[in-house]
Amino acid sequence: MGVIDLPKYDLTVEEEKTVQDIISGYDKDRSSLIPVLQDIQDSIGFLPLDVQRRVAKGIKVPEKDVYGVVTFYSFFTMIPRGKYNIRVCMGTACFVKGGKQITENISKGLQIEPGQTTPDRVYSLQVNRCVGACGIAPVIIINDKVYKKVDPDTVMDIVNSLQQ
Amino acid sequence: MSADTKKISGLKELENKAKSLEDNSEGKTVVSLCSGTGCNAAGSHDVFEILKVEVEKYSKSSGEEIIMRRTGCHGFCERGPLIIFYPHEVCYLGATEEDIPEIVKETLGGNIVERLLYKTDDEKLVKKEFEIPFYKHQKRILLGNNSRIDSKSIDDYILYGGYKGLAKALKEMSPEEVLKEVKDSGLRGRGGGGFPTGLKWEITRKAEGSPKYMIVNADEGDPGAYMDRSILEGSPHSVLEGLIIAAYAIGASRGYIYVRQEYPLAVENVREAIKDAKEYGFLDEDILGSGFGFEIIVYQGAGAFVCGEETALIRSIEGERGMPKPKPPFPANEGLFGKPTCINNVETYANVPYIIDKGAKEFSSVGTETSKGTKIFALTGAVENSGLVEVPMGMSLRDIVFKIGGGGKDGKAVKAVQLGGPSGGCIPDKHLDVVVDYEKVKEVGAMMGSGGMIVLDEDQCMVDLARYFMDFIQDESCGQCTPCRVGTKRMLEILTRITEGEGEEGDIEKLEEMAHMIKETSLCGLGKTAPNPVLSTIRYFRHEYQEHIDTKKSCKRLHKKAKKKKVE
Repeated sequence: MGVIDLPKYDLTVEEEKTVQDIISGYDKDRSSLIPVLQDIQDSIGFLPLDVQRRVAKGIKVPEKDVYGVVTFYSFFTMIPRGKYNIRVCMGTACFVKGGKQITENISKGLQIEPGQTTPDRVYSLQVNRCVGACGIAPVIIINDKVYKKVDPDTVMDIVNSLQQ
Repeated sequence: MSADTKKISGLKELENKAKSLEDNSEGKTVVSLCSGTGCNAAGSHDVFEILKVEVEKYSKSSGEEIIMRRTGCHGFCERGPLIIFYPHEVCYLGATEEDIPEIVKETLGGNIVERLLYKTDDEKLVKKEFEIPFYKHQKRILLGNNSRIDSKSIDDYILYGGYKGLAKALKEMSPEEVLKEVKDSGLRGRGGGGFPTGLKWEITRKAEGSPKYMIVNADEGDPGAYMDRSILEGSPHSVLEGLIIAAYAIGASRGYIYVRQEYPLAVENVREAIKDAKEYGFLDEDILGSGFGFEIIVYQGAGAFVCGEETALIRSIEGERGMPKPKPPFPANEGLFGKPTCINNVETYANVPYIIDKGAKEFSSVGTETSKGTKIFALTGAVENSGLVEVPMGMSLRDIVFKIGGGGKDGKAVKAVQLGGPSGGCIPDKHLDVVVDYEKVKEVGAMMGSGGMIVLDEDQCMVDLARYFMDFIQDESCGQCTPCRVGTKRMLEILTRITEGEGEEGDIEKLEEMAHMIKETSLCGLGKTAPNPVLSTIRYFRHEYQEHIDTKKSCKRLHKKAKKKKVE
């Protein structure tokens, strides 16, 4: 999906202030770039172009370099995450134990592809790299909760129970 | 130590502190709960809440003081959460919240809840943690602490001998002597490269330039590997201590711990450990009054496997896209911000305090001629007992998979073992007698790697496995150099076609030719090792590739028999 195609997500007044406060807390130095982006992403969940421009100005780094870093690292996103961010681990152990099927089943159940958010911004689906919990594979993580030994056939039950 | 500060100023004071901690805990009951990320997912958080309530209840009514510890990963992830009572030495596996009131009441009352003990194949119950077959054959020099200490407690670390190595290095040895000790130990890089650690330190020490930097590579990106996570979560001080000793030997003034973004608990525990270490004076402008000063910064990754490569990692800290640089120059001469930088893996640093405290001779008494010490492996995949194991170098893979791992899951036959993640290779059943040794493992076409050991059973299609790894590498390739960016893409296309039943005669030869070209011409280690899984599976399982091509069947159709088994 090209940058041109992304819908414009407006920030709330609070989110704007949060972003500004975060930026002003860092040194005007290249090595602040990744930490400041991580901080903002942790707070508001994504890094739209407007925010990138503000970061560029705030720590004195060219806009193209901020964009380059945001698009290189898989953790950074320009698309807001859903209320429930579902990450399916596709590390080797999880892969060997059914990770692919889990991703397909959730994708079918929510009608979105990995990397997308449902139109109502409730669920987003991501395929993750190995999260290092291989002893309990296959693993999915919803927001901060780790689910162990997930059964592909019943994984949608977990997803459907979230809103309750 | 003055009254208003916790700072420790020398070896004698450290010994006194350890002694007083020992006296304080003498005879007291300890209840320890594994709280690594694996057990947390298995319910450890919820178990802890109830355990705390029940233990406090018992403590109040009996008047006995009971110490509660939330430890790091014990390793037996298959059967978590683990709860251990001392001095009773009873280990309970897989307890749920409902079991807790009974466990507390019975065990502290001198009884045992037998249904939660480990049961062997011939129905024998095992009470003690280290008599469980999973642990019996291990040598847990590094992970031992994970079973004993509260992961957020510096006092627990000191109680079990922590920081003795640092005190000895700073107060009784010169930097050159520390360097020599590590060289003599034979310690080699545990991140996968196996480069002699002492030699790397020596090169960095001799390099021209100031200041000098240390980096801890905790970007553990191999899918299927979580050794470093468990050390950082469970015993972060062991890494700090090793790092400070290394910095002293090299003459560095600042260290960065680069932890991947996917490890929040590790980041939390390391930050807590740094705070405590500062309070106790182990991180200071003048550590233990030695004149040597050091500071540590924690830096989080942002989701890029390639940043495990040292030059890419450096660029990431510098705020750039994580694209590797050609070597030479090596980081030891020109690294972070252009200065001499020593980068080592988490497990490598964790070995250092032991080497200094107990001596190179003791350390090198374990292992083979060329590979000394122990190695931690993440034993996972289609294996009965999945978890983290620490074994002496020289143990055979067969022993690890069968004696410790309990063999294939559900009794299935073990087809191969994958070592070294996306950079490694498969070792088929017939070669499983190979021992854990950097050189011996290379001889059979694999690589020690960082420690990921995936067991593959008879149902696993080896071509699909190679495709899986190539897919991963293609996604994670930084895109800088043509051999890797384009080469891996082409290899992936061929592998995908084969697994979908559209393989053609000549495909295997094409893969081999491209593999050798990519290995020789890629800019960095990621590209250079990307073809390894393909070459290794072709070497031992060429017939599987051929069968796909000959029958024009996809994995789904070829392995229909296997699928049926799973449904049953």
